Amino acid sequence: MDRHSSLTTSRRWGIALVAVPLAFLAYFFIYPLATVLVTGFTSNGNIDLEPLRTVFGRDALLNVAWFTLWQAVASTLLTLLLALPAANVMARYEFPGKRLVRAAIVVPFVLPTVVVGSAFLALLGPQGPLGIDLRQTIWAILVAHVFFNYSIVVRTVGAYWERIDPSLLEAAQLLGASRSQVFRRVTLPILRPAIASAASLVFLFTFTSFGIILILGGIGQATIEVEIWRQATGLINFEVAAALAFLQISGISVVLFLYSRYQERRAVQFRHQPSQSAPRAITRGQQIHVVGNLAVMAVLLGAPIFVLIERSLRSASGYSFDAYTGLGDQISGLAAPATTAIWNSARFAVVATLIAVTIGLAAATVIAYRRGWLSRTFDALLMLPLGTSAVTLGFGFLLALDAPVDLRTSIWIIPIAHAMVAIPFVVRTAVPVLRSVRHRLREAAAMLGAPPERVWREVDLPLVTRAALIGAGFAFAVSLGEFGATSFLALPSNPTLPTAIFRLLGRPGTESFTSAMALSTILMIGTATTVLLIERFRRDTPGDF
Amino acid sequence: MLQGLRLTVAFEDTLALDAVNLTVHNGEVVAVMGPSGCGKTTLLRAVAGLQDLDVGTISWDGRNLRDVPPHNRGFGFMFQDYALFPHLTVRGNVEFGLRMHGVDGNRRTARLDDVLETVGLADYGDRHIHELSGGEQQRVALARTLAPSPRLILLDEPIGALDRSLREHLIAEMRAIFDHLEVTAIYVTHDRDEAFAIADTVAVMNRGRLIRKGAPQELWDDPRDEFVATMLGFSAIVDAKVYDGWADVGWTKISSDLEPGEHRLTIPPQAIRVASNGPTTGRVLRSTYRGGKYNVEFTIGNTTLQASTNDHFVVNDEISFHIDTTGVRRLDD
Repeated sequence: MDRHSSLTTSRRWGIALVAVPLAFLAYFFIYPLATVLVTGFTSNGNIDLEPLRTVFGRDALLNVAWFTLWQAVASTLLTLLLALPAANVMARYEFPGKRLVRAAIVVPFVLPTVVVGSAFLALLGPQGPLGIDLRQTIWAILVAHVFFNYSIVVRTVGAYWERIDPSLLEAAQLLGASRSQVFRRVTLPILRPAIASAASLVFLFTFTSFGIILILGGIGQATIEVEIWRQATGLINFEVAAALAFLQISGISVVLFLYSRYQERRAVQFRHQPSQSAPRAITRGQQIHVVGNLAVMAVLLGAPIFVLIERSLRSASGYSFDAYTGLGDQISGLAAPATTAIWNSARFAVVATLIAVTIGLAAATVIAYRRGWLSRTFDALLMLPLGTSAVTLGFGFLLALDAPVDLRTSIWIIPIAHAMVAIPFVVRTAVPVLRSVRHRLREAAAMLGAPPERVWREVDLPLVTRAALIGAGFAFAVSLGEFGATSFLALPSNPTLPTAIFRLLGRPGTESFTSAMALSTILMIGTATTVLLIERFRRDTPGDF
Repeated sequence: MLQGLRLTVAFEDTLALDAVNLTVHNGEVVAVMGPSGCGKTTLLRAVAGLQDLDVGTISWDGRNLRDVPPHNRGFGFMFQDYALFPHLTVRGNVEFGLRMHGVDGNRRTARLDDVLETVGLADYGDRHIHELSGGEQQRVALARTLAPSPRLILLDEPIGALDRSLREHLIAEMRAIFDHLEVTAIYVTHDRDEAFAIADTVAVMNRGRLIRKGAPQELWDDPRDEFVATMLGFSAIVDAKVYDGWADVGWTKISSDLEPGEHRLTIPPQAIRVASNGPTTGRVLRSTYRGGKYNVEFTIGNTTLQASTNDHFVVNDEISFHIDTTGVRRLDD
């Protein structure tokens, strides 16, 4: 083997693998974010803490911070309360259709926030099946948050629960523990890291909630995220918006720090093996537990989706596809036909996917194959966008990307922003797959007679392709539904599906509402299909999400 | 015939391989045995070409393999963790080497069926790797290694990860397959029973050096070296003064034909005859029933000895015995 030539080519590649993601991240993430912070703390080149003082001095803005915090806590607790019993059902019981339930349960989590907002607007509005108007109440927000985050808890805690060796619990029972003692003394302590990490994710998502609050929230119900948007786009008060963004980033950093600490501990504890034990006959109480939770799941997850579709089909003359067939026409409130939004979303998603997969795979390769500080630094660096709200990112793009080339009016800026949001997902899904290509496998191939280029083609490539496909699916779904950053960047004449839906929801009248429902349904089908396709692919693939 | 001369590999400041000479004849199975970190895996990887040598040459039938990359050496390697390709089925794994060697069509299918049959996995072709048990994965790895008919097979603790009863079963099976196919192989293990069961020749390594090489019985009858004796399981090692045809070990004298002076001896269990009228008496530490006999461990002076007996002893019993001189081995050269 010609070691020297392979070394130099791999070095050149190595530099590109590090440099390209780094440059992308620097220009499209760190630079905009830094600009936001500089805007918040300087005026005319001097340090100026006035905007920050404004935030803490104005009751209205302090109320925003307070509301952001308490609604996030309440949403997290409510989600845990409803989802933990369901996690137990998914982990510990077998029932017909379990695989279908497992797949279906992911759908809400990947639905765009605008779709969830629309669905709950239809469900809890005056014309909804409940017949009561809960719009603009905290309950609408909380229930929508539960709907959105239910699957995170069920999936992460459930997967962990499943792996607790039943003989551990049997051992505790034989040592004299009652059922409730077994739960409190054995099961719960083992589950605690999983619950804590799921809870901090839910907290993070609800703390930075944007689309749902914007659509369902009433007067005085704004999160910091919504307020940044309002200050920046409505009141053109960039300094205050920037100071709020700083507050937001600080809050997120604390949560992420706690989250990563729990993740570390989880990694240490995550070694329980499932043991094969004969299924036992289940008691009447357990039957009620299983059926009850499945019913909650069906109502909580099914009802909003059902009502959304139902409302999209309503017309003056009963049920029809009028709202869909009319999407090509000029709808009042939209500067362009809704079909433009569909076309825009589709092509932006394709471009964003290409960018995210290229950058994300390059970064994942560095993280997976290199050791030491480079791998760790890259890993941490590429998780940053996950912890930064999309609204802050969009705001940063708006402030920063006017020079050297004014990208703000370019149509490319939207897919770039989407790619930035999607990259952490691509990295997280690709790294475990790439890590599974152990060096041992290449040696094994060589010992079976495969020359180096053949080793790459036969061993590395199939696994890299799989990682790329899964990452691409995630990026595509993320881009389709992205709203936070897009709300800053999409011009009314060139909307994406989420921004078009948002505009329509803000208009009075049944016609725009039904059109919004139709567009939401289309968007929902797009993302759900993408995600279900990924699920098929990753059945026996390691991964984080 | 494989010939390794003065094979030396340095890792930072330690010598993983220290001037090792090793010859493997066609049809010979050599077990390389030693504790973890002794360099046995490095030796195997160096022969495979996966590890560069700092000094030394490896040749096959007189041809130096220095510039022959691993994939052209025609050797097979079976990894401790099997390194099965997760994206391929059992069939995909086993025929991988055949495809690399350009064997196609009916010949490949025939060979595949043949090899899967040999390892007892005839109907497993379409299974996925993650559906298999540990023992089944081991068989797939063996089949994959055997399929291209390598001229030398290198095995790195290939059954180390499996449980005891399965190991015993598989080692016997592997030996039968090796005999049947007249395989030439180097088998690395830390387990004496495994080495003795599989190999024609056993080589003992310690700290990068090859200490002793010989047929299993040869080593057993004359371990010669203290480390080799320990590896073989001889735990009772004593210092003796030899004079007037006797070896004095402190607590007894054993008749001896060694030259006078200081010697180190080992007294294995089969050299000890437990008898109530025995001249020497020790105190029982523990007794375990195994394979139809009691395995008694007892102390005398500051030496711990083991014996095999039909009698049942309990802790602190006195045990009398005499020593069968022919069973005692000297360890120093």
